[in-house]
Amino acid sequence: MIGEQFLVERRDLQKLLDALQKKGYETVGPTIREGAIVYGPIASVEDLPIGWTDEQDGGRYRLKRREDSAVFGYVVGPHSWKRFLHPPVLSLWKARRNGKGFEVVPNNAEPPQYAFIGVRSCELHAIFIQDRVFTNGKFTDPHYQARRQKIFIVAVNCVQAGGTCFCVSMKTGPRATVGFDLALTEILEGQRHYFVAEVGTEKGAEILRSVPTKPAQPSDIQIAEDRVARAARQMGRHLDTTNIRELLYRNLEHPRWDEVATRCLNCANCTMVCPTCFCTTVEDVTDLTGTEAERVRKWDSCFTLDFSYVHGGSVRASARARYRQWLTHKLASWIDQFGTSGCVGCGRCITWCPVGIDITEEVRAIRQSEAAQLSERGG
Amino acid sequence: MAKVRKPKVAVWKFASCDGCQLSLLDCEDELLAVAGAIDIAYFLEASRAVVEGPYDISLVEGSITTPHDAERIQEVRRVSKFLITIGACATAGGIQALRNFKDVKEFISIVYAKPAYISTLEKSTPIAEHVKVDFELRGCPINKYQLIEVISAFLNGRKPNVPSYSVCMECKRRGTVCVMTAYGTPCLGPVTQAGCGAICPAYHRGCYGCFGPKETPNTASLSAWWRKLGVTEQDLVRAFRGFNAYAEPFRKESEVHEQKQ
Ligand code: SF4
Ligand code: SF4
Ligand code: SF4
Ligand code: SF4
Repeated sequence: MIGEQFLVERRDLQKLLDALQKKGYETVGPTIREGAIVYGPIASVEDLPIGWTDEQDGGRYRLKRREDSAVFGYVVGPHSWKRFLHPPVLSLWKARRNGKGFEVVPNNAEPPQYAFIGVRSCELHAIFIQDRVFTNGKFTDPHYQARRQKIFIVAVNCVQAGGTCFCVSMKTGPRATVGFDLALTEILEGQRHYFVAEVGTEKGAEILRSVPTKPAQPSDIQIAEDRVARAARQMGRHLDTTNIRELLYRNLEHPRWDEVATRCLNCANCTMVCPTCFCTTVEDVTDLTGTEAERVRKWDSCFTLDFSYVHGGSVRASARARYRQWLTHKLASWIDQFGTSGCVGCGRCITWCPVGIDITEEVRAIRQSEAAQLSERGG
Repeated sequence: MAKVRKPKVAVWKFASCDGCQLSLLDCEDELLAVAGAIDIAYFLEASRAVVEGPYDISLVEGSITTPHDAERIQEVRRVSKFLITIGACATAGGIQALRNFKDVKEFISIVYAKPAYISTLEKSTPIAEHVKVDFELRGCPINKYQLIEVISAFLNGRKPNVPSYSVCMECKRRGTVCVMTAYGTPCLGPVTQAGCGAICPAYHRGCYGCFGPKETPNTASLSAWWRKLGVTEQDLVRAFRGFNAYAEPFRKESEVHEQKQ
């Protein structure tokens, strides 16, 4: 059944959630909160942002009503699945004083078994990238692994791209090709509203058996493909990745880093929203009486001074050094480190940067200045 | 095991509203542990009993605004092993530092019937301008968990976990939707030090900058963006002239916009 495609009527979507919940999954997915589409508990289809869409640009996000009642008619918001797989604040262990010594109390709490509803292709790629970081043989992070191995993924193919999306440039979307249990393409046509569902795994096939389906005809599959192809033509942003690693490595002293530093607030929003950024810090806290201690892990960012603090000061004291570290890690040194780009083109860092700094624009400025120099030299 | 002498703590007040001292009293659940771990030897807000110095820790609230206070802080320093300032008044001069931008004599003649009785300094200044300060805890008011953290760290001989990065880090960790990006509400979070837990954005308000400037704040870039959101030069002056008006990066930024008005 893997690789096969089925039709699921819109009215039967609830049955998919029911089947997952019956299997013991906590269903989480896109939902409207505080004026944005974030990820939270999805008890029923009604919790999804039905009939809503988002408008995105540098430093700007607005929810908008749609003219139809699409269930997945928007792109990605400020949250990413890393909130669930790599929580922002996590207690690692506690220690209690015990006579002259102390005993360690590890955090063995069973993590929830999540079913992620509505994972976009760029986000699937972001999860693969974090897999390489956290489940890397000897250096496996047990907390990530425990959460990761249990998840069920319902992917959604984008039939409409966002204003800051550039997955086509990063070859990460808009069609989900691997790594999902089920993938849906939503189709609204006149009075008809249905999904083309592709089976990715045996687990996915089993769940789909509890949902009324019909085999998809080649014409249905064609319609779905056309919709996704339309999204691919709508990308709000574009990034030329030709020899990007070399481009950035040769331009570590480019004046553009000084220019972007005049705008960058080193506020760390870009790293917090990025679905691949993984850095953390640990804080050791003790109680007043000195009988209990706890080690807490928190999301950290290369935009803080403490991040590069070594004896005597911070290595990256200037905003220029910090922005350059972030961008070159995403697009260049990540390739050396993990064998892929660290960017999946989801556009979150552009939308949620409070002053709209755009990673694609920064690279373009550097590339164009090089091209201009070459042509000046008659190259 | 010989009974260890509990560290003696004093709480001092200068020009302030008492809000930060109240944060200590507000530690209801933790107060028993606090009382068990330390001897609060001088704390007029909570008790009239006074134990003589010297003190292991002095928590100092308030700014220096009178010649008498300027002398008294020297005395506090002499009797304190560790001096920790708490709150925006003690660390930046407080809201009363708005006088620093004007001629204080004019205020006095308007406000008081007999100005001659008023003995005051030209400026409201932070404690660190007068004596050496061992640790500055920001906030208006301070966050009680940070206060407990600083006291615990001191008692256990470790560094307090009091980061100097932006409010945005806390805002994003708690999953709050950014008010500036999603509704165009001006927010000082990107230039303000974390510590409050990003309370205001969680209630759909922009950050007011209670915890003062963060490390390496880029106030100019944020102001330029606020201008695009429709904020006037005058309102920019007001935004930077809050409880931390006299903290240098905020002071300089407000002066830039004052000139452009
Ligand atoms: S980047 Fe691509 S896959 Fe991601 S949300 Fe946008 S269109 Fe969809
Ligand atoms: S690029 Fe934008 S989001 Fe990132 S640190 Fe700079 S100002 Fe903040
Ligand atoms: S760098 Fe920006 S566009 Fe790329 S994955 Fe991270 S948030 Fe998305
Ligand atoms: S709401 Fe304010 S504090 Fe929160 S991320 Fe946005 S700018 Fe930063």
